[in-house]
Amino acid sequence: MAGYIFRRVLQAIPVFFGTTFLIYFMVFAMPGDPIVALFGDKTPNPAVIEQLRQQYHLDQPFIVQYFIYIGGIFRGDFGISFSGEPVTQILARTFPVTIRLAVLALLFQSIAGIVVGLYSGLRKGKLFDSSALVVSLILISLPIFVIAYVAQYVFGVQLGWARTTVGSGAPLQDLVMPALVLASVSFAQIVRLTRSSVIETSGLDFVRTAYSKGLSRRRIVPVHILRNSLIPVVTFLATDFGVLLVGATVTEGIFNVPGVGNTLYQAIIRGEGPTVVSFVTVMVLLYLVVNLVVDLLYGLLDPRIRLVK
Amino acid sequence: MKIRRIGIGAVALAAASALMLAGCSAGGDTPSTSAAGNSSAIITANGSEPQNPLIPTNTNEVGGGKILDEIFAGLVYYDAKGAPVNDVADSIETTDAQNYTIKIKPGLKFTNGDPVDAASFVDAWQYGALLSNAQLSSYFFEDIEGFSYDADSPLTGLKVVDDTTFTVALTSPKSDFPLRLGYSAFFPLPKSAFADMAAFGENPIGNGPYMLAGAGAWKHNEKIDLVVNPDYKGGRVPKNGGVTIVFYATQDAAYSDLQGGNLDVLDAVPDSAYQTFQSDLGDRAVNQPAAVFQSFTIPSRLAHFGGEEGTLRKQAISMAINREEITKVIFEGTRTPASDFTSPVIDGWTDKLKGADVLKYNPDEAKKLWAEADKISPWSGTFQIAYNSDGGHQGWVDAVANSLKNTLGIDASGAPSPTFAQVRTAITDRSIQTAFRTGWQADYPGLFNFLGPIYATNAGSNDGDYSNPDFDALLEKGSSETDVDTANKDFQDAQEILLKDLPAIPLWYSNVTGGYGTEVSNVTFGWNSVPLYSEITKG
Repeated sequence: MAGYIFRRVLQAIPVFFGTTFLIYFMVFAMPGDPIVALFGDKTPNPAVIEQLRQQYHLDQPFIVQYFIYIGGIFRGDFGISFSGEPVTQILARTFPVTIRLAVLALLFQSIAGIVVGLYSGLRKGKLFDSSALVVSLILISLPIFVIAYVAQYVFGVQLGWARTTVGSGAPLQDLVMPALVLASVSFAQIVRLTRSSVIETSGLDFVRTAYSKGLSRRRIVPVHILRNSLIPVVTFLATDFGVLLVGATVTEGIFNVPGVGNTLYQAIIRGEGPTVVSFVTVMVLLYLVVNLVVDLLYGLLDPRIRLVK
Repeated sequence: MKIRRIGIGAVALAAASALMLAGCSAGGDTPSTSAAGNSSAIITANGSEPQNPLIPTNTNEVGGGKILDEIFAGLVYYDAKGAPVNDVADSIETTDAQNYTIKIKPGLKFTNGDPVDAASFVDAWQYGALLSNAQLSSYFFEDIEGFSYDADSPLTGLKVVDDTTFTVALTSPKSDFPLRLGYSAFFPLPKSAFADMAAFGENPIGNGPYMLAGAGAWKHNEKIDLVVNPDYKGGRVPKNGGVTIVFYATQDAAYSDLQGGNLDVLDAVPDSAYQTFQSDLGDRAVNQPAAVFQSFTIPSRLAHFGGEEGTLRKQAISMAINREEITKVIFEGTRTPASDFTSPVIDGWTDKLKGADVLKYNPDEAKKLWAEADKISPWSGTFQIAYNSDGGHQGWVDAVANSLKNTLGIDASGAPSPTFAQVRTAITDRSIQTAFRTGWQADYPGLFNFLGPIYATNAGSNDGDYSNPDFDALLEKGSSETDVDTANKDFQDAQEILLKDLPAIPLWYSNVTGGYGTEVSNVTFGWNSVPLYSEITKG
């Protein structure tokens, strides 16, 4: 187990360098000069532009810029944004917000999704099952910004049940509505996934054996059926958690959540290389960690899966 | 030039406001409920994360600019109509529009106790102008003696006479220099700022009507809390307890907050609500012309656009555009068709300029002029207008292109680039081979600001490389007048030359679109589209 984790961590090193290099290159290759854009429709004096380029190392060739950046990372210096704020500070501010939002969404979607999916699967073809299928189909078909705007207008503006946008500091109660919106699509997918998995498992021999052994339904459903149906769901949740961490840009924008997606989007627009690359690097690392945790979880859910060699 | 960039990045412009000269008082005259309001109430307003540290000479966009204007007091401030009123200045005197003697009020202090004296201004300006400090607004000092873009060089034109007096010598007469002094680049700085400018930019110390609510009041990407500065003695003493400026990544979120009652004042309605905001908000909606001029530029170096032929073609193109209809259909009335090269909120603006007919839709005349140009050299190719597709420009560019197609019978289209930076870079290095979108948001409320920096020979933002000695001479003449009205007359004459040459095709003035909540009153929008926060009362 320890050896397995060690190998996975080692694998992360080339991934780290590969992604930072690629992302840095992409930001560098973005058309247009970000310094010129700082001046809006006004044309700045060339001498001033030159000064600013030096300040952000933009006068250096790409590879030099990259190594200045990487060198900084190893000294704990992720560079500085155009507004003069260290990128480490921006990271420390935005990631907790997005992690809170992601965890909240994940809780909503996994609990509700698994419960509804399980119930549907056990009652295949009944009224509850059909309605769940229809509702999930609707949720999957709706683009998330439609759901977000409707929720914001109905619950925020009209009914006044929730704040229309997330306030400063992103308190948990303000994040509930954005999290529900974020969770809605994945909720629908989890319902469908759990349902089909439960149906499949219910028909398997070991479940019939369990019934014939005289085990009660209260024991068979959670222990035999649900546990064995969860592997595809867990895989899905893990990928989804990664997606949520990477920042739900659209949702964060609509609800003005001061999180990763929002900040990264602004940085891309401004062509702030250090900010963009640092964010993506941290995202990649998080994604790797989440995937590792999921692989370890498989072993707990299904002892047949062994993490060896 | 204050740049406004929100949400989809680089719309370098947008709203702005100001009461129309005629006295369009819709914004100002709210029912005066509960006369004074609660003097400790905090007003919430929309804003965007400042793109630069909060240093007056290094802020050139609206997000930071609207904060600086509240926490600093310059020599003058602008009232709602854009007229300068002495703030820190006691008097600003000149006899030749070139050498100024500035006296400031004695006994004023920054919020940390440092005195506001002549040196606070002179040192701040020296800092802002120095090349190696790379300040975004350094160009504001280029008219002062000693300024240089080539090497670090002190402003020799600034001299401290005594604690409350200093003199300014310009390289040439600039009659509107006193008018410029309300712009943030000219704000004073306390002594403590120069020791660590980066730290100062994070927790600025000013002398304005408001101050930061303690260290760390600027919560990045979230908001900034401003409270009343009890020591402020000027004409903008707040009638409320403070302003919290909430940073929004998208205008849509800000608008939802206004509707949901979480925001008191909004100065930028999102495109998506153009159609509905006036009915949503009723008499709490604001929609007035602002100090923002929109145009597109056809450089004369493009084939068929030089000399006599070019002038005819530009006039034809201008007359082929139905500005009335486009502002109504595409912009839902949130733009006002242009009748000159400045803005209706600026003192000296008139729609009676000789030759302004060229801005009226006149398809027959347009066809005639185009045919005349064809006699000089027959037209070939496609007429294109470059724009950045991340700024919401596609609608009007396509409409203008269609107008040209239908009226002149030529092939016309938009030429989108994905980012603002890309278009601006191509324009700046002159590699662009088409016409391109241009715009100007005034730095200070004067006609010269719309003309000098853009159309004077070799001017910094003269992206179309326009040059006309007659125009330059009139600008210079206006600049050396000491009487404002005479100067404005010269600038109007100068504009009549532009209306013939059309170095840019004027399109429309952007309106300020905004609104306010039910709890606040006395909401007036200033000439620069930002509400006069100190006047607002709540509760």
